[in-house]
Amino acid sequence: MLTQKADILFQLQKEILQLQGFRYKVSDDCIRPVLGPIDSSFPNGIFPLASIHEFLTQSVEDIATTSGFISCLLSSLMNNGGVSAWIGSSQKIFPSALKFFNVEPDRIIFIDTKNPKELLWLIEETLKCEGLAAVIGEVAEVSFTASRRLQLAAEQSRVTGFLIRNNLRNINTNACTARWRISSNPSIIKDDMPGIGFPAWNIELLKIRNGKPGTWQMQWAYNKLHSISDPIIFSSTEQRKTG
Amino acid sequence: MQKRFVTIWFRYLKTDWFCRQHPELLPVPFALTAPDHGRMIITAVNPPAHQQGIVVGMVLADARAIVPSLKYFDDIPGLPEKLLSSIAKWCIRFSPVVTTDLPDGIIIDATGCAHLWNGEQAYLDSIVRRLKKIGYNVNEAIADTPGKAWAIAHFGDQKSIISCDEELPAFLFLPVAALRLEVETITRLNKLGLRQIRDILSMPRSVLRRRFGNHLLMRLDQALGQQEEIIHPVHPIEPYSERLPCLEPIVTATGIEIALKKLLELLCRRLQQEGKGIRKLIFKCYRVDGNVQVIDIGTNSPSSNVHHLFKLFEIKISSIEPALGIELFTLEASKIEDIYSTQEKFWDKACGLENPELIKLLDRVSNKIGADKFHRFLPAEHHWPERSVKIASSLNEKMTIQWRTDLQRPIHLLQNPVPIWATAPIPDYPPMLFRYKNKLHKVKKADGPERIEREWWLEEGQLRDYYTVEDEEGRRYWLFRSGHYSDENYQWFIHGFFA
Repeated sequence: MLTQKADILFQLQKEILQLQGFRYKVSDDCIRPVLGPIDSSFPNGIFPLASIHEFLTQSVEDIATTSGFISCLLSSLMNNGGVSAWIGSSQKIFPSALKFFNVEPDRIIFIDTKNPKELLWLIEETLKCEGLAAVIGEVAEVSFTASRRLQLAAEQSRVTGFLIRNNLRNINTNACTARWRISSNPSIIKDDMPGIGFPAWNIELLKIRNGKPGTWQMQWAYNKLHSISDPIIFSSTEQRKTG
Repeated sequence: MQKRFVTIWFRYLKTDWFCRQHPELLPVPFALTAPDHGRMIITAVNPPAHQQGIVVGMVLADARAIVPSLKYFDDIPGLPEKLLSSIAKWCIRFSPVVTTDLPDGIIIDATGCAHLWNGEQAYLDSIVRRLKKIGYNVNEAIADTPGKAWAIAHFGDQKSIISCDEELPAFLFLPVAALRLEVETITRLNKLGLRQIRDILSMPRSVLRRRFGNHLLMRLDQALGQQEEIIHPVHPIEPYSERLPCLEPIVTATGIEIALKKLLELLCRRLQQEGKGIRKLIFKCYRVDGNVQVIDIGTNSPSSNVHHLFKLFEIKISSIEPALGIELFTLEASKIEDIYSTQEKFWDKACGLENPELIKLLDRVSNKIGADKFHRFLPAEHHWPERSVKIASSLNEKMTIQWRTDLQRPIHLLQNPVPIWATAPIPDYPPMLFRYKNKLHKVKKADGPERIEREWWLEEGQLRDYYTVEDEEGRRYWLFRSGHYSDENYQWFIHGFFA
């Protein structure tokens, strides 16, 4: 009886989403990122592709952790041989490191420009390019109009966009589907052993259209996101070599 | 209409070309040589060498025994074809039908052309004078068949114009070699005492065919005009450009767009037919006041897509200043390449680096902000972090080595390492504290050191000991100590941030 009720509710929710214009393509299923417990806050339990995700960052360290989290998402988005564009004001990303997040660094095209107007033009143009897996843009300011343009472009071409906002002073309402904040967590190491564990993050989903915001502690290990509540710890046989 | 043909024989085609390149060689005897069966054979001589008895086919050593001061150069294969075809294209000014006659001549179909130069003598003089001015030694003749003109040009005496009525006597006394025969046939004819053309003219055709084959008869008929000789004229390549004059001066952006679209359609239609695509395109607007406004675009791969090319120009149209108006538009493709069309797929849409949409996007990006602003990275065979990645030269460049994953690398690498203040307990231990941007970080966890030496064959300097450290808030950094701990001038740096 209870499950029946839940089923009916789920079905009704789905219908409401459809009425609200939420589109979903079955072909996205193979590339959408599976984020474990985070998935439950997305509409229909599916990571929203073909939309703009905004990431708030406060410091250079935050940009690095955010880039790491985006790389996790890219690893599944670029799974089928896709190409992504990473647009910023200067080359910050060290391509070799992307390989640790299961992303092929040679399939990412980095575009640099110092001019903020050109930056937005570039992000919009790349978002309009069908066939790209994802577009990552590092921007300081995005006005409401600009964000709506980007969101529409993403919906049209079904390219997923990630905006890294590096100036918290100008956070305004905008048309992005989701707003995230990623910060670093101390990594977990067994019994005070020396060394550093897998990258661990505090993932905050501040805003999500048609979904429920939430906070999670996760870590990236063995090409997957794991919840920190049952941490993956290096076993002694797989201890990384140092030096 | 009586047909007329001009034959021009370049007796010293290759050496004349060499003299044009190096004028100081003009009075010096020299020859061009090519290796053949382990010897150097002379393939061309210039007039001074020829006068001293050097001929084509001689062994170089023999020739140098005759003329010790003989200079020699390597022959360039394929040179006559190239030279003759360019001369033939140049000669189109004298007649629309010009063909090359390898190895050392050209044939001009002068039918109905000579009267424009006030007669054949003036016509021939004009051709010869201009060719001689360029630096070629030429022998020329005009006759009613190419064969006859060839014979007169090569073997005739001073007279180079053979009019229709007196043609035969001049032709009959020429040696048989004037019939453009193979060397073996000529020697056999000479052996039999048939030295002049009139000797074989009187013989029955069946006998000639039996003894010397059809070729001799064909050449004879061609020379006498009994059999038409087919000549294949050279076609000059039309430049890939289009022009659009306007009745009224254009001053609006919309007007310019319409003009550009029209020109692009014309140009692209032709390119599509020829299977070619544009790499560089120049759009010129000639203003009423004489000023010329120019915008140009480039593409990363050849394209003949009007819509795409127009989009590339669209960004730049605003930079055109029409002032009082534009009266003429020209569109000129300055770089053309063949398009290799790929089979289109209904399913499995291309999403990799070959995605045509991506190439179009990069065209737009490079035209807007410059082609040096986007990069793709490939692993390089270096340990030094700054050199461990290289910029790929093209979208299709493949990796030669795999990306390394055995050593931790920060996702965010600083372009230049920033000096920091750090305290480390004992040699080769990771730092306990460090101060970066006026913030003190207490190191809770650390990994390292990973020592990376400079590549001494590239540069000199101190080695680096890298440590991965994590502070109390869980932020991870990549630090290094430049130089040995025992050195006096070691320094700590921060080089990157881990995710």
